[in-house]
Amino acid sequence: MKPVALFALLPLALAAPASAQLRVDITGGTAQPMPIAIPAFPTATPAPTPAGTTDAVGREVADIITNNLGGTGLFKPLPAGSYAAPGVAQVTAPDFTSFRTAAAQALVTGTVTANPDGTLAIGCFLYDVFTEEALVRRVFTVTPAGWRRAAHKCSDLVYTRLTGESGYFDSRIVYVAETGPRTKRVKRLAVMDQDGANPRYLTSGQSLVLMPRFSPVSETLTYMSFANNRPRVMLYNMNTGEQRVVGNFDTMSFAGRFSPDGRTVLFSVTRAGNSDIYAYDIASGQSRRLTSGSSIDTSPSYSPDGSKIVFESDRGGTQQLYVMNADGSGAQRISFGSGRAASPVWSPRGDLIAFTRMDGGKFRIAVIRPDGSGERRLTDSWQDEGPSWSPNGRVILFSRTDRNGVSKLRSIDLTGRNDRAIPTPTEASDPAWGPLLP
Amino acid sequence: MTKSFRTIALVGAAALALAACSSKKDVLPPQAWQAPPATPAPQAPIDQPGTVPPAESVTSSDYGAGQAGLVQAAGSDTIHFALDSYALDETSRQILGGQAEWLGRNRATVTIEGHADERGTREYNLALGERRANAARNFLAAQGVDTSRMSVISYGKERPAVEGSNEAAWAANRRVVTKVTGGR
Repeated sequence: MKPVALFALLPLALAAPASAQLRVDITGGTAQPMPIAIPAFPTATPAPTPAGTTDAVGREVADIITNNLGGTGLFKPLPAGSYAAPGVAQVTAPDFTSFRTAAAQALVTGTVTANPDGTLAIGCFLYDVFTEEALVRRVFTVTPAGWRRAAHKCSDLVYTRLTGESGYFDSRIVYVAETGPRTKRVKRLAVMDQDGANPRYLTSGQSLVLMPRFSPVSETLTYMSFANNRPRVMLYNMNTGEQRVVGNFDTMSFAGRFSPDGRTVLFSVTRAGNSDIYAYDIASGQSRRLTSGSSIDTSPSYSPDGSKIVFESDRGGTQQLYVMNADGSGAQRISFGSGRAASPVWSPRGDLIAFTRMDGGKFRIAVIRPDGSGERRLTDSWQDEGPSWSPNGRVILFSRTDRNGVSKLRSIDLTGRNDRAIPTPTEASDPAWGPLLP
Repeated sequence: MTKSFRTIALVGAAALALAACSSKKDVLPPQAWQAPPATPAPQAPIDQPGTVPPAESVTSSDYGAGQAGLVQAAGSDTIHFALDSYALDETSRQILGGQAEWLGRNRATVTIEGHADERGTREYNLALGERRANAARNFLAAQGVDTSRMSVISYGKERPAVEGSNEAAWAANRRVVTKVTGGR
């Protein structure tokens, strides 16, 4: 699988003025999902393409958008039989009566056309069913190999137009694929689209790998590898295959995470029972120590503006969350209450920190404000750990291990609603969301 | 480290490592290693120069007999810990004392592997496993074992000895294992 080579956006027309009233409330605790119609995208003349015939692609594009929007819990896609499926002519001039009868508030439709040069043109139209206003009119031109991305781009446009926030559908997830008995677990780095499509393995499973993270700005990953029995943080460029060790330490390093600008990797180095946080400058290859003392200081994560770092430390006796300045000064504890707090990660919006709350023998995903106020527990299972934010800061990915030791990926809305499975071919752990693709 | 980028795909690197590992094993002489007698041995075979490849090139399974010798002398190659603790209890000290004695008679090298149970987060458990392994290493060093013969690695909660989410499994998994990796 190569990244999509050709991905041109051909705007047909600008979206309608932002005066439309159609809007999904994504902040309320009891929001009703918006009824939305997403019929199969019609095609003028069914034509064969490497991605399938254009009418088959049209059905799958609608399925992908349905899965994306329905999966947010904010939309209720209506069954296909409840309205008259539009033909090509109705894409630009829909029969709104049929959709009003079906109680749809919004309509997503579009066309699929095979271009003479081998590319596909996939239209993306969003209508307010009541005002009959076109809110989105766009055509994506994609290679046959990249047709799914047009469906994700369309989903992101619709989501953004109806919620007022940026989307997260045209993005990928890196995670650890797990196979074999737990005592001899094989763990491989794997990457897939956020909806589970196009999974591929990056490592053979020969060496244990843990805790991968995407660079927010490039096709680079950081992860921990036990290759040659030397557990260390690595950098891996997915485009070139280049990789290097982060830092120059002869002892274990772990918990690597990128800075928001992708230029720095924060990580921990352990020596003689003491784990400290370092910042590694990718350009110069220099590492700078940020914490000291005999405590376990780990799981560092920058604030979106890069000025602060949240991390966990047992310096006060048990694992708790601390926020310090990016130079390591001024550490302040922010987690209190019962139990321990671990693996914090700062939201890309800056307003919240997601973390693992350990209490009463369970691990739960929770969020807290950077000043330590407003802690909320989002999940309640046996062992939920290792949160990672969606690019827009609305959804949190995490791993859930059940009482039988089976590990799977899940996601949950930051409101605590919509706890759902992320499909993977094998058991999986340590998910990390990548940035929105260009 | 700036210029140390290696243009090898991950899978390729792993395959190379595997190939290198197997070829090293191939050159190991068939009789390179025999179990030392349980009672004090005049000379362990690994002392003979030229019969054993460097320690880092072989896996512990090549020295199974050495492992058996250590277990027989010390009673166990494994010590256990209380929840979220890296303190050595009396039993652990006795076992480590036996291991130190065996290491005094046999010039083997060891890797000290630290492990944690599943009731900690992944990152913390890596650090906790290292604390446990380090505690064992410090004890052995205090008993006279040269630190150059000991390496430390933590697997956190990634390599449990026993499956299961119960007190017995957790207790079995909070451990440090001393693995004989070679001679010198």
